[in-house]
Amino acid sequence: METKNVMIVGVGGQGSLLASKLLGKLLTQEGYDVKVSEVHGMSQRGGSVVTYVRFGDRVYSPVISKGEADFIVSFEKIEAARYADTLKKDGKIIVNSQMIDPMPVITGAAQYPEGVLDELKAKGVFVDELDALSLAVEAGNPKSVNIVLMGRLAKYFDIPYDKWAEAIKVSVKPQFVDVNLKAFDLGYNY
Amino acid sequence: MKKLMLGNEAIARGLYEAGVTLVSSYPGTPSTEITEFAAKYDEIYCEWAPNEKVATEVAFGASLRGARSACAMKHVGLNVAADPLFTLSYTGVNGGMVIFVADDPAMHSSQNEQDSRHYAIAAKVPMLEPADSAEAKDFVKAAFAISEEFDTPVIIRMCTRIAHSQGAVELCDREEHALPAYEKNPQKYIMAPANAIRRHPFVEERTRKLSAYGETSPLNRVEYGGTEKGIICSGTCYQYVKEVFGDSVSVLKLGLVNPLPVEIIRDFASKVDTLYVIEELDGIIEAHLNALKIPCIGKEMFTPIGEYNQTTIREAFGLPQPESVSADTPVPVRPPVMCAGCPHRGLFYTLSKHKITCLGDIGCYTLGSAAPLFALDSTLCMGASVSGLHGFNKAGGKDSESKTVCVIGDSTFMHSGVTGLINIAYNASNSTVIILDNSITGMTGHQQNPTTGYNIKGDPALAVNLEALCKSIGIERVRVVDPYDLKQCEEAILEELSVDAPSVIISRRPCMLLKYVKAKPPVKVNEDKCVGCKQCMKLGCPAISMKNKKAHIDFTQCVGCDVCTQLCKLGAIEKGER
Repeated sequence: METKNVMIVGVGGQGSLLASKLLGKLLTQEGYDVKVSEVHGMSQRGGSVVTYVRFGDRVYSPVISKGEADFIVSFEKIEAARYADTLKKDGKIIVNSQMIDPMPVITGAAQYPEGVLDELKAKGVFVDELDALSLAVEAGNPKSVNIVLMGRLAKYFDIPYDKWAEAIKVSVKPQFVDVNLKAFDLGYNY
Repeated sequence: MKKLMLGNEAIARGLYEAGVTLVSSYPGTPSTEITEFAAKYDEIYCEWAPNEKVATEVAFGASLRGARSACAMKHVGLNVAADPLFTLSYTGVNGGMVIFVADDPAMHSSQNEQDSRHYAIAAKVPMLEPADSAEAKDFVKAAFAISEEFDTPVIIRMCTRIAHSQGAVELCDREEHALPAYEKNPQKYIMAPANAIRRHPFVEERTRKLSAYGETSPLNRVEYGGTEKGIICSGTCYQYVKEVFGDSVSVLKLGLVNPLPVEIIRDFASKVDTLYVIEELDGIIEAHLNALKIPCIGKEMFTPIGEYNQTTIREAFGLPQPESVSADTPVPVRPPVMCAGCPHRGLFYTLSKHKITCLGDIGCYTLGSAAPLFALDSTLCMGASVSGLHGFNKAGGKDSESKTVCVIGDSTFMHSGVTGLINIAYNASNSTVIILDNSITGMTGHQQNPTTGYNIKGDPALAVNLEALCKSIGIERVRVVDPYDLKQCEEAILEELSVDAPSVIISRRPCMLLKYVKAKPPVKVNEDKCVGCKQCMKLGCPAISMKNKKAHIDFTQCVGCDVCTQLCKLGAIEKGER
């Protein structure tokens, strides 16, 4: 099997690390060779963060380069656009419509480019946009945005629903299992 | 059993399996998790030392006593530990000793991108460089074997992409190493000139032996794939080369990167038409080939700056890149920012408001240099704010002393700020030092330190009393402020700058991301009162933005620190309710 590439992007503090760990664990259980490249440290808080998940028969590089990603899962609207050039020609973007102003927008030095996803769509890019924050609130915790988005990603994978649910159960703290299973379901069935 | 492990976790597993009993480190991205994961094994005593020099000397002490020991640090940490390193090379070891150093090409979280391989060459110690998590674990065991066989400390060089990437690792059992009886050996361990003179020839002979070892060691291996192109590489570059070329080129993968072998390289070079060296940062392997007069292509094709990836390799060889699409509309940059509710913000706002010159240090608070606070004037290395302030004030005189401060975190102050403060007291400058005490080592992801009252396991420990410490040094004016209280901050800073005496202001409030810190309900904007004056925007709080010409608070980020409410003269930001 050719190596598949999932790029997870967002704003530091949104929980992308847990999402990549969950995905890595699940894909390892499925028998793939897996590499996950992460970003660590509090110093990334509020900044643009990128995580790579790669799986296949034999994975060498831990990173995904320009034009190689099968999926970009974006936790924030414009972060998807920031890394769009990493997407394969027929790759898919799954994006949370939540907008978080970066500091240049807050200070008034730049405008938030709200229409940037439409521009990508006009260029033929597949964009699956959903309000993951509202779904996470509906699930019972706004912090479960990451699992809502994993639910959405699961739609495009061949791995059965139950296996994702099992992976969630072992990846999150016991008191958060129910909220996260609901978050996953809301994303999956959106 | 195979397990997906972070490179740093795999190192910790290697330490466990190699029978290591002591690890002492100072946190530093991307090395921190080595020690955090090692601390999860009850068989290994682990600790956070105040700095990398102490950590390395603690590991030396354990080795001297006969135990297998280790220490871990980031690349710039090795600068701090360089003093013990260079002479450790002479003493050699009793129990095996390994130093882990994590380089950060592209500076994801560092102030420079120095190449640690220079240290191995300069200190004349062997260095290993793994290329993934599985190798990381295996190389730890190999390193301890080398350390004991050749009587030398061994450095294992990591980089961000190995340290912070997960890959499959095969788990093995631990091999215990019984602690031998201690035997005094002054000729080997007392590095006074008479003894050191005898040890230097040993070091040179050891390097010759290690070089010969490298010729046949499985740490270095050749993967033949035709005669057209031959590529010499190590670490993460090996992965990029394999990703792009697969088995279509010949590769000499070096695991022992110091000392470099000679015969394997000559042999490999003779079997390929064109020889390339692909190495991130400096052209060290290339320089070795140049010295051997073996023609190769290296830094003329590859930059010494930043990280490589598949795109870099394809570009250098003129290979086609995969198609990609990008948006034409520019996307504004998103640099990391101080969190909503960060206790440093109120203090920085005060410095910024009064246009006070401020020498900064290494920590989350370096972010105070960014817009809109622009609160810092310099950031050099750990501890440099305090010593730099003294020099700045000695050069600038009274005028400087009345409008210049420095800021340093609690952990950084323990690391190497306290020596600078001793200098301020001893050599008498009227300097104002601000210790940003957020009760944790923040930037590297919440590690305990000597001021927090807890050890690496989270168990209660003695806490250094910062006030008493500063007073004992000879600083008589020591005061504590709450950085959430803007009035208190302002009064303290202006008063201490005006007095003719050195002073320390401890700005104390725990990092709001700590589990025990409970957030208050988010504040909210009363839109009838808000006139959109943007006074609150001067804080650079990521939870505050302008929506429809009114201030807007993001409830998912706000922790109710109430600093912005103190700034709003119209009382338009109101305390939230549960």
